Amino acid sequence: MSTESDTPLLDELEKGPFPSFVSEIKKAAAKNKMALDELKQLEKSYRDKRGYWKHGGIVGIRGYGSGIIGRHSSLPQEFPGVADFHTVRVNSVSGFFYTSDSLRQICDIWDRHGSGLLNMHGSTGDIILLGTSTEKLEPVFAEFSSRGWDLGGSGSSLRTPSCCIGPARCEWANIDTLDIIYNLTQEFQDEMHRPAFPYKFKIKAAGCAVDCIGAIARADCSIIGTWRGHIVVDQSAVAEYAKQGMDIQAEIVNLCPTGCMVYDGRELYINDEDCSRCMHCISRMTKALRPAGEKGATILIGSKAPFVIGATLSWVLVPFMKLEPPYDEFKALLKKIWEYWDEHGKNRERLGELVIRRGMREFLEFVGVKPSPQQVKEPRRDPFFYWKDEDFRRQ
Amino acid sequence: MDLPKRKTDIGPPNYRDFLPPVISKNYGDWKYHEVLSPGVMVHHAGSGEKIWTVRVASPRLLSTDTVRELADIADKYCGGYLRFTTRNNVEFLVSDEAMLCPLQLELNDKKYMIGGIGPRISNIVHTQGWVHCHSAATDASGLVKALMDEFADYFTTKELPNKVRLAVACCTNMCGAVHCSDIALVAIHRKAPKVNHDSVKNTCELPSTIAACPTGAISPDSSKKSVKINDDKCMYCGNCFTVCSCLEINNPDFDGVAIVAGGKVGSLRSDPKFSRLVVPFIKNNPPRWPEVVEAVSNILDAYAAGAKKHERVGEWIERIGWEKFFRITGLKFTYQHIDDFTIARETFRTSAAFKW
Repeated sequence: MSTESDTPLLDELEKGPFPSFVSEIKKAAAKNKMALDELKQLEKSYRDKRGYWKHGGIVGIRGYGSGIIGRHSSLPQEFPGVADFHTVRVNSVSGFFYTSDSLRQICDIWDRHGSGLLNMHGSTGDIILLGTSTEKLEPVFAEFSSRGWDLGGSGSSLRTPSCCIGPARCEWANIDTLDIIYNLTQEFQDEMHRPAFPYKFKIKAAGCAVDCIGAIARADCSIIGTWRGHIVVDQSAVAEYAKQGMDIQAEIVNLCPTGCMVYDGRELYINDEDCSRCMHCISRMTKALRPAGEKGATILIGSKAPFVIGATLSWVLVPFMKLEPPYDEFKALLKKIWEYWDEHGKNRERLGELVIRRGMREFLEFVGVKPSPQQVKEPRRDPFFYWKDEDFRRQ
Repeated sequence: MDLPKRKTDIGPPNYRDFLPPVISKNYGDWKYHEVLSPGVMVHHAGSGEKIWTVRVASPRLLSTDTVRELADIADKYCGGYLRFTTRNNVEFLVSDEAMLCPLQLELNDKKYMIGGIGPRISNIVHTQGWVHCHSAATDASGLVKALMDEFADYFTTKELPNKVRLAVACCTNMCGAVHCSDIALVAIHRKAPKVNHDSVKNTCELPSTIAACPTGAISPDSSKKSVKINDDKCMYCGNCFTVCSCLEINNPDFDGVAIVAGGKVGSLRSDPKFSRLVVPFIKNNPPRWPEVVEAVSNILDAYAAGAKKHERVGEWIERIGWEKFFRITGLKFTYQHIDDFTIARETFRTSAAFKW
């Protein structure tokens, strides 16, 4: 005898080869009332084609202004288990490395005090625990913080910085992304936990221009590893790639955006002066080609999703900066950037929007970075522009 | 039960305590890697030591049961070491080559999907959707499940000209960095918000609500101590709703999904690119959104058939031209495709050379 399911629409999403989020919610729902009402409310959303969540309210833990996002069902009578169902953001580990014991520790705490559902990870890179009720927030925090975990950012604060896998397991890392992000996160705990900025601020570090963390598209400050030097060519490894069937002329030389390579059928030559370090050839012939010389990073600013003026990609602020512990030069720059934003930024204005609104010159002068051609795709087109008295003195 | 003593501002645990010994030992000294199969790669260190990675898909939303299962598998084959990728995959970090086969057998046995490395479709970056977000105009997890079921072969085996990065954002706030993906879905509204004057008066700050509008469609309504919205100016972005939740923008009859394509974040061969609008609207059709899946398949098939090796979707489209893209995909070109927002003039064609 079969009983009719309460969740016929969601059940459809348990079929097929890809792991099912519905099965995950059901696993949690089997032992947790909050997760069960999450499941039931979601089925209603699928039926009605709309969400039933409200956000906001003053929820959080003592001494922190971030890390918790208030979430409430808009149908609390129907789904009392999720009447309050707040998100807890736990700061992840650099490079998203975990041990089995650390994951079990997270699970044990979350089963005791929350729904038993989590994201590994949210888009910004936090461990997202969803969700729990207001009175559980302090216990959750006590359990996590006493075991060495802390909350991530939310609201108008420094959001949890994140990075690619970097030198931990990648031959292309020009900088130690894990250490940079760990160091910055430790240094700027106050900026993360007590929101005092005009709006959110995101930092992401990628070891090279492949940018596996998407730093250039989604960080107010993007750190992208690069080098000033040359590419070392191992000609025997080049020959090996050719032997294995790689069409080096078509796949490597012809796709080089700067035309800096020549292949004579036996050896590959690179005119390093013309190379822009785009990473195409290196990523395709990783055994044969290696960056060499001075390693560091390009510092870019301003990327964000569409609100309010449309989406932006980060643009170059400092073309090259050495990034070695304790990263004082970078931290000093970051503090100047925040000072400028604090001085001129409007409520809910991202750094990139502010710099676009007021112009690059004022910003460059304030943070102490000189103009350079690497900062632009092309010089301006129009013949009207500002002069200051000091420009006349300089001439 | 007594609670342990809380600590504040201690920051995250140190990543050094979470690295497998072979990584700690060879940190920063990796020489090259090889992709052994769609879900397995090996990194070689200068010391001659190696680490193998086995990648499996996850739905991002996990139960503690599943996380514990992942931990148990890591204990059995990886000395307890594992990691997650930016795209929500799980990577088992194997130091002992003899463990590779039994690990994969157990993963297969437990129905994990192994793959996602190389010129393929990896996991889909996505947002909370109806599962947990107040501003969602669709459900991200459901769309991801429907798409990844359809494209499972492109995760586990089949190759494409280059990697194809998919993303889903459940509203235009775009927590999922949809704006720079090969093919992405973004849920949109198409009707101006309804103003609930009584609650606006009591709960919303008027200046910040008015300032939230990118098109200047919101103005004060002083007689009601509220705001009014000029429907003709509204682009339905929903930013005002984020500031003032009394401006109800959810509208199940009109909400749905737009498809954008051609973005990327890497600098390889060509600069990072934004995704551009290719399908302005498809209605929400849960639980499996068949019309959306079909439209994405159509774009993916055209890319697979037409792109040269190593070309990303955006590079392929730029080479063939947008007019040819719309012709071969059969997608309709509409008023909505022509930009009338902040960068419109940069997007107009300023040449008489184009294709038919």
